[in-house]
Amino acid sequence: MIWVDTVLQGVLLGGLYALFALGLSLVFGIMRLVNLAHGDLIVFAAYLILLLVTLLGLGPFMAAIVALPIMFALGWALQRVVLNRVLGTDILPPLLVTFGLSVVLQNALLEGFSADSRRIPAGWLETASLPIGPISLGVMPLLTFLSAIAVTLALQWVFYRTSLGRAFRATSDDPVTASLMGVKPASVFAKATGIAMIVVTIAALYLGTRANFDPTTGPARLIYAFEAVIIGGLGSLWGTLAGGIIIGVAQTVGAQINPEWQILAGHVAFLVVLLIRPRGLFPRAFD
Amino acid sequence: MSPILSLRNVTKSFGALTVTDDVTFDVPQGQALGIIGPNGAGKSTLFNLITGNLSADAGRIDYDGRDVTRVPPMQRCLSGIGRSFQIPQPFDRLTVFENLLVSATHGRGLPERAVEADCAAVLDRTELIKVANRPAGGLTLLQRKRLELARAMATRPKLLLLDEIAGGLTEGECVALVDTIRAIHAEGVTIIWIEHVLHALNSVVERLLVLDFGKVIGIGEPDTIMASQEVREIYLGIEV
Repeated sequence: MIWVDTVLQGVLLGGLYALFALGLSLVFGIMRLVNLAHGDLIVFAAYLILLLVTLLGLGPFMAAIVALPIMFALGWALQRVVLNRVLGTDILPPLLVTFGLSVVLQNALLEGFSADSRRIPAGWLETASLPIGPISLGVMPLLTFLSAIAVTLALQWVFYRTSLGRAFRATSDDPVTASLMGVKPASVFAKATGIAMIVVTIAALYLGTRANFDPTTGPARLIYAFEAVIIGGLGSLWGTLAGGIIIGVAQTVGAQINPEWQILAGHVAFLVVLLIRPRGLFPRAFD
Repeated sequence: MSPILSLRNVTKSFGALTVTDDVTFDVPQGQALGIIGPNGAGKSTLFNLITGNLSADAGRIDYDGRDVTRVPPMQRCLSGIGRSFQIPQPFDRLTVFENLLVSATHGRGLPERAVEADCAAVLDRTELIKVANRPAGGLTLLQRKRLELARAMATRPKLLLLDEIAGGLTEGECVALVDTIRAIHAEGVTIIWIEHVLHALNSVVERLLVLDFGKVIGIGEPDTIMASQEVREIYLGIEV
């Protein structure tokens, strides 16, 4: 029974990692942009939610809803003003710029909020749990996992059922031809980053309510996000969710064997997947 | 009948090389004009000038009764200039139908719902309806050429520019494609068609224009043009 519990907890933890990774996957899938500041943007959003909770006295979920449009606008502007300028055939400039952004964000947060670790208070939800037979599942982990599924479904719907999604896919396929068809890549990319920031805000809500964070937490989250994206196959949304779950399960199973192995087990699982399926579990058909 | 497209003394140079040299011609509404000329004669450049992807150094281009010489490509597309490309460039991961939807919504500035029926009709006419839901990456060459034609048609053009659309096809495939183009032309769409496959071209167009080193060296009835000694020497390389 303990193993069933361990695996279930791992699956739920995987939901959190998938939320970290989905925004990254979205942006990479559409514009081949590796955003090294993704983890720091999650932490930034967590501080934004914390600020709204402490200043306005909002509940964490309400604060996240208020933060959503702010983060969307921020992502849109970031893409328009900064990232669109460095996208091109050379992959180095965007890496340098997002790395720089990561450094700036960390230091700005350090300046604004000090190095103390914080947590978004979630009241009774923090300890609430649902007993299912002999196993009990935390309400927050469960909400995290359900949110990850909801976000994947929503992104999948946008991608395959809307005009904007077709513009995303057309631009990802061939930006030059897309612009000849009248699609404007600069504007499509800005909307994509805006949507990625919405996912980032949702990830930040669960990161901030479930664990402590400080201005330097970002890069560690980024590694899990990268691993989830790569395990799933670059650009595949369901793959990213599966990747998150694999890392989550590997970590809880590793921790069950020996508490020191938790982080290591996740990375080992990542390496094993890479050895067996170098292109990830669900690679795209045409690349 | 008033011309739908009219070029007056249009000139374009890349550095010292003049690729379009004082080109003047009219295309009457509803006509099909073929453009021939050796490789590097400036045929595709001429298309880029008409669509606005390149801007002319000198001269004037009128489309549908108004001066479009300085109008950006998007506006020209919205006002009814559609084109196909020499090398088919479909979005491989989108289905055939989605390829058309992207082209129609952005090329006409309309929401998807308004263009869905039109796109289906275009697929039917270009004989792609059976592969409508397949990813475009898996199409055969003929189907890719048809998709290229369909994408241009999805923008509901009044003037359709075809760039070597029959190139690389087998004889049978070529005949099938020409039938489709002839049907589109019969509906009143004005066509300008660059092609090396002369028998395909001559079975559709009413007039031929010959380009060489960016200059118009002949324009007229296909039979007259093909019989001209100058054209035979320059274009066909036949010593007479």
